[in-house]
Amino acid sequence: MTNIGSYEERIKNFDWSISEKELDYKPGDIINIGWYCSDRICQMGNAEKPALIWEGSTGNEKRYTYNDLRLNSNTIGHFLRGLGIKPEDRVCLFMDKIPELYIGFLGILKMGGIAQPLFSAFGDESLFVRLDNAQTTAIITQKKHAPKVRKIMDKMPYLKHLIIVDADPAKPLLDREVAFDMEKSEKVDQFEIHPTYAESPSVLHYTSGTTGQPKGVKHVHYSLISQYLTSKWVLDLQDTDIYWCTADPGWVTGTSYGIIGAFSNGVTQCVLDAGFSADNWYRFIEKHKISMWYSAPTAIRSLMKAGDEVIKKYDLSSLRHLASVGEPLNSEAVIWSEKVFGKPFLDTYWQTETGSMMITNFPGMKIKPGSMGKPFPGITATVIDAETFEPYIESGKIGLIAIKPGWPAMMRTYWRNEETYKNKFKNGWYLPGDRSSIDNEGYFWFVGRDDDVINTGGHLVSPFEVESALLEHPAVAESAVVAKPDFVNMEVVKAFVTLKPGFTGSKDLDLEIMNFVRKKLSPLAMPQEIEFIDSLPKTRSGKIMRRILHAKEWGEEIGDTSTLEDD
Amino acid sequence: MDEMQESIKNYVVKEYVEDDTELTFDSPLISGGIVDSFSMVSLKRFLENKYNISIPDDKATPEAFDSVNKICALVREYVK
Repeated sequence: MTNIGSYEERIKNFDWSISEKELDYKPGDIINIGWYCSDRICQMGNAEKPALIWEGSTGNEKRYTYNDLRLNSNTIGHFLRGLGIKPEDRVCLFMDKIPELYIGFLGILKMGGIAQPLFSAFGDESLFVRLDNAQTTAIITQKKHAPKVRKIMDKMPYLKHLIIVDADPAKPLLDREVAFDMEKSEKVDQFEIHPTYAESPSVLHYTSGTTGQPKGVKHVHYSLISQYLTSKWVLDLQDTDIYWCTADPGWVTGTSYGIIGAFSNGVTQCVLDAGFSADNWYRFIEKHKISMWYSAPTAIRSLMKAGDEVIKKYDLSSLRHLASVGEPLNSEAVIWSEKVFGKPFLDTYWQTETGSMMITNFPGMKIKPGSMGKPFPGITATVIDAETFEPYIESGKIGLIAIKPGWPAMMRTYWRNEETYKNKFKNGWYLPGDRSSIDNEGYFWFVGRDDDVINTGGHLVSPFEVESALLEHPAVAESAVVAKPDFVNMEVVKAFVTLKPGFTGSKDLDLEIMNFVRKKLSPLAMPQEIEFIDSLPKTRSGKIMRRILHAKEWGEEIGDTSTLEDD
Repeated sequence: MDEMQESIKNYVVKEYVEDDTELTFDSPLISGGIVDSFSMVSLKRFLENKYNISIPDDKATPEAFDSVNKICALVREYVK
């Protein structure tokens, strides 16, 4: 029996108070995600239940019960408060997928801080723009990532503490640096959790847009109401499940469903902090008897690429339910998973700004491979005309996905960027920036982005950010960055580059520029291909026409070129 | 130890190791999280440029790139 039961029954008379009641929350009560994910589960009698089973790249393992989660998050919260960090200060988590990341997240929330997770592969420039926008007070990191922060420390007078969780005692700490060892710290049993309320800020996740700098998506503690229930009904988390969410908490899936959804439901979750290999992933499932697996299309396609033979080496019979998020899951991947695992990956559609799932395939529902599924109960979603912003009445028409605002996990604003936030709403609808159609049975079918943002491996990359980084390379005169189709990642970054006088395109320069962007921004943002060209297509007013380059990469019609400047 | 091993190891250390982690010829690069799947593209490009070879995409797997020694074995298949 699935948690959701009948989708049709659930959408009748749905109200978010269903989730509030299950969580014993009443409007106006204190609500703190950190408490709900640890103390509450202990109070329900599950203090000794395993909460987190962590495995590192060398196979070393650490286990934490819900009581360990409670004690360690108390300890981190106490430590941060002792440093003078105040409620609503931004505390950045800049770590690999180590236990301190998961538990530190809860500790920050318990002391009333705003958790700002950032992907540990970010280069110093990507790091700086996000910390500078948030005016971050403290960063919790590992010694391996500290050099990237040190490089930009002088530009961040507001940053008071660089907290290193595995500092080498033999090496002196620098100004503003402090060591914190979670395992060795004296545990804090009684901690006064900061009384946060529904609208108290909780998490600041950064996401990229077509233009401008990355935007800080502000979430609040009330997001729990959506994240708890979507985890229960879509991921179908049950008491006996062993859950594996492969996402990194540097991105929203890793916090909404890799921390909040999992722990608020009281399940046991496993984390693998190691690079990808098909063998290692299947071994991990077999070893820990994973029953619910939430992954991403890129990973699924990488597994497909590794072939079916490797699967036969492992006993994967523990798998009960599979789901996917990040970018649209192609029908071939759904069909393949049904063939090799005996069950399909169910696609879920949502984004950083929505905070929780919006349109998904549900357990027990008829699956149409390649479809995004149907709106979660309580979510009103449709497809609207891009000019009039009015919903299409007839099925099959392609338009903008539009969602009625008001669900609990909806972002509350973009940090220090209210104007851009307001522009996300048209005619009373929130627009995620994607296009789709709806068929005659109410299933949504993804078509593509409505802007130039590149979705690579489920992560959004701004062409503007990559172009800006490219221009800092001494050889680059101009650049235009577009998405290029890719079997595994759906899209990868491709850069068209014109060179300054005295430079000539070569294989070595190509590699040098790739590495330059990788170190400055991140491996995701690194152009996987660079094409040196004599000039970029521009309008007569001098604006680069990315559209033409994009069409060329995707083999599409170039369309109207009447504004193209003459050669 | 040969020149190819040393050269590839030096490149990996220079480009992908952020701290003072000691690397051996058998250190796990991909499964150990030193080189991620996106960065593998730049590592492959380095090998192709340096040894004037072309490695087919289906041979450039995480397993084949998982240590300096495995990379050397792969490169040697294509070096004439």
